Amino acid sequence: MLKYLIRRLLYAIPILIGVNLITFALFFMVNTPDDMARIHLGAKQTTPEMIAAWKQAHGYDKPLFFNGNAEGLDTLTDTLFFQQSVRLFTFDFGLSDSGRDIGADIQQRMWPSLALALPTFLLGLWVNITLALVAVLFRYSRVDKTALVAAVLLMSISGLFYIIGGQVLFSKVLHWVPISGYQPGADAWRFLILPVLIGVFAGLGAGLRWYRTLFLEEVNKDYVRTARAKGLSEWRTLSRHVLRNGLLPILTGVVVVIPTLFMGSLVMESFFGIPGLGSYTIEAIQGQDFAIVKAMVFLGAVLYIAGLILTDIAYAWADPRVRFK
Amino acid sequence: MGLAGCHIPWNDPYPAGTTAKPILLRAFSAPPKHLDPVMSYSSNEWGIISQIYEPPLQYAYLKQPYTLEPLTLTRMPDVRYLNEKGQETTRDRAAFSEYTLHLRGDVRYQPHPAFLAPNRELSAERIAQLTTPYELPTGSRALTADDYAYAIKRMGVRAYQSPILDTMMAHIVGLKKYSENVSQAYEKLKETRSGGGFFDLRPYAIEGVQVVDTQTLKIRIKGVYPQFLYWLSMNFFAPIAWEVDAFYSQPGMKEKNLSLDTWPVGTGPYMLVENNPNFRMRLMPNPNFHAESYPCEASEGVSRALLDDCDQPLPRNGGVLYTLEKESVPYWNKFMQGYYDASGVSSDAFDQAVQLSSSGNIGLTPIMQEKGIRFLGGVQPTIMYFGFNMVDPVIGGLGENQRALRQAVSIALNMEEYISIFLNGRGVAAQGPLPPGIFGYEPPPVGINPFVYRWENGQLVRRSLDEARALLEKAGYANGIDPATGKPLKLYFEAVGASPDDQARLAWLRKQFAKLGIDLVIRATDYNRFQDKMRQGKGQIFMWGWNADYPDPENFLFLLYGKNGVVATGGNGVNYANYANPEFDRLFEQMQTLPNGPERLRMIRTMVHIVQQDAPWVFGFYPRALALYHHWYHNAWPNMMANNTTKYLRVDAAERVERIRQWNEPNRSALWIGLAALLGMGAGAIWLYRRRQQQRAREEGGSC
Repeated sequence: MLKYLIRRLLYAIPILIGVNLITFALFFMVNTPDDMARIHLGAKQTTPEMIAAWKQAHGYDKPLFFNGNAEGLDTLTDTLFFQQSVRLFTFDFGLSDSGRDIGADIQQRMWPSLALALPTFLLGLWVNITLALVAVLFRYSRVDKTALVAAVLLMSISGLFYIIGGQVLFSKVLHWVPISGYQPGADAWRFLILPVLIGVFAGLGAGLRWYRTLFLEEVNKDYVRTARAKGLSEWRTLSRHVLRNGLLPILTGVVVVIPTLFMGSLVMESFFGIPGLGSYTIEAIQGQDFAIVKAMVFLGAVLYIAGLILTDIAYAWADPRVRFK
Repeated sequence: MGLAGCHIPWNDPYPAGTTAKPILLRAFSAPPKHLDPVMSYSSNEWGIISQIYEPPLQYAYLKQPYTLEPLTLTRMPDVRYLNEKGQETTRDRAAFSEYTLHLRGDVRYQPHPAFLAPNRELSAERIAQLTTPYELPTGSRALTADDYAYAIKRMGVRAYQSPILDTMMAHIVGLKKYSENVSQAYEKLKETRSGGGFFDLRPYAIEGVQVVDTQTLKIRIKGVYPQFLYWLSMNFFAPIAWEVDAFYSQPGMKEKNLSLDTWPVGTGPYMLVENNPNFRMRLMPNPNFHAESYPCEASEGVSRALLDDCDQPLPRNGGVLYTLEKESVPYWNKFMQGYYDASGVSSDAFDQAVQLSSSGNIGLTPIMQEKGIRFLGGVQPTIMYFGFNMVDPVIGGLGENQRALRQAVSIALNMEEYISIFLNGRGVAAQGPLPPGIFGYEPPPVGINPFVYRWENGQLVRRSLDEARALLEKAGYANGIDPATGKPLKLYFEAVGASPDDQARLAWLRKQFAKLGIDLVIRATDYNRFQDKMRQGKGQIFMWGWNADYPDPENFLFLLYGKNGVVATGGNGVNYANYANPEFDRLFEQMQTLPNGPERLRMIRTMVHIVQQDAPWVFGFYPRALALYHHWYHNAWPNMMANNTTKYLRVDAAERVERIRQWNEPNRSALWIGLAALLGMGAGAIWLYRRRQQQRAREEGGSC
């Protein structure tokens, strides 16, 4: 297993270089360093001297991938791509183009993101699986059909509707919870309860249908029939046997997202005023802050790769037949 | 929800007891990027740092027209005019102007660790433990003239990215030479010290900046430039203590986001004690703030109620809590719940908040009035305009035909309709380049644009489309047909963005041109490409705006000065229309150095008439700002030039608490009903399951 993990980690290096290469190419295809300088300087009148000084201060005065004025290895290393990529691999994200330390910002912002994303994820998983099992329990009955129709309806409505509707109902009309905001520490639950419930509710339709389909595939298999023949109740059969055997496809979709929970949710955090990482990348793209963009894309890729490796490990844990080669 | 009972009301978004404190509760919609006065130039950043820093001058809060007054000075700067030899001379023969600033003796810095010497030599371990500077013991000291000189020296370091360095180099004697030298020295230092370190500017000198003694500073500028006084009211000229620069230059500080750009240090009424730009920022009163009292004089037209706090010490509140609120819906709802003291009016909430009378006057809806909400409105010192590229062969040039074409378009673009549809009436159709409040602006009928409007029965009337068509015919495009092609004349509009909102505006714009038979082609692009086109003079028609840096007509009329043409200056000018009229330019050069008075007004009238006739712009509109505020919020006044007005505001916290309690009583019965419904559903499911199990058992038993 260790060998397998090392091999997977080594595979990650060319993938990350590739991701980085694409990020650089795409970003600078749309924005030139001069454009970035103008946006960051924010002055009504930007002079060539101001632009040149800004580019020099931020290292954007170098060629992107190939330095024709340099010699030998410097043609590749004395470039924007090389200079700005190498540090990423040591997780030194450096300073943003507006001068803030990116690592410090990520550390500060990831906890509120996690405080929102983790309960939403866990509660959502539990609710979706439970309701899917209930739907399978009453399969093909009126209860099941009603649940299916409701699921389709829930899926058809925009997430924004749940957010604004929830804010209006629970905060504006009923005055139960703050409409938006955040407090660190023990008081955080007052601010998280509404976005978490809305997050769970918004994902209910798709989750219910997906898990119901998975469990229905299992429910007619021989081992289930055997369990029933042993005299187990239907609920016990579902929760003990069907759920466990349905875990593999669930793990595929679930474990891979666990590391990326740090990255936060753009819409939920914006509407509920949660000071997380959700909007960090978007704001950086809008503000043409390439230092943040490349750091966040890199981090996202690392977390995704970590998620895939975790999924593989989870497979082996859930199904002893799976072996690493 | 039991726990929520401890926090009354349940939907209070602040830590318990916050609303009961006499602090202002405000929101900000975007995190400020820079709080260092040397580089900060955005209104959202100035909204914060102007409460912390004190440049030498400020705008008198309740005076109209905008009037400068001393802030950290004992009196307004003394101005002497000097000849080439440095001898005193008259204004009209001056080669230099010398401004002498006499500082007050009672101004001290806020408490800050930088003022204690040991804190400027911290170990790396100690710095690594810090999250805010205020975890260290603090000190203070008196403001000196050296601090103002130090701020100007910082401006000169190119790498510090001052947005006004090039402008100031043209005015302050010796700044250019100093900047070249000091910038080179800075780069050398950076090469030798990779981990940063203090770049001490004290040994460097600027020829035109002289510290006479601790309380006196002289600044010498080239020629006569009366607008320099306005610059002295901006944060670029706020004092910086060298100790603070040294403190934040310690290696490891930047990695902890501890810098002048994040933790400002000033002499103003407040100090920033919490800074999480993605969440919350908090200002507390500066305990060392010098004596300053609420004004006792106000211009005519200012409500006398605003003088109730006359002579009371400033600041009039206990601080400010800013919360990041990115979305307008929660911001508005929280304002309506009482959790923000004031709010703008977004287009979504406009109908709920504001009603327009048949005469176009703005009033509040009954819902707002019931809550005791009040509003403040004022025309901003800003102009939004549609510009014609004067170097374009079709629409540009000063020939009769092209001028007639532009005048025809100016009539057809119905700005009153634009303001009504897209701004909910929050704007005033512009008659010329100068907005209200700026010297030289004259309301109609005197200041009417006679080429677009007529004055009839005491009212402004837009000229008819028939007149526009006649002008179009004169231009050689009868009925909008281009004789060269035999088809409708094609004009091109450079647009930024293509959102649904933009689409509506662009559709409206096409319709306006279609009224003359002209086919307007929209060339939508992103902001970067749009700017490129403008700099290269490749656009034909575009929309742009200008917000006053200072309330002087020069700051608007220079947008039409030929030597500022964006093409002529290789992309560095601000005259994006590339308008160049020799007569206008001649008058501008005379007018810009004149003091406000009848002679200057005469010149401005002529200049405005010239541009009205040449029509390089369709003078669009002056936006009207509209702010709502609660009954407990006092002393609010829309001084559009002043940024340091927080110190005048006062809140009645007891009233705020009471109103919030009334407006946010939680609905407990709905909670019990909801819980009962959930329990009922659970019980129903269990009952259904059991019934189904029994039924199946019976079926299976029967089959046996």
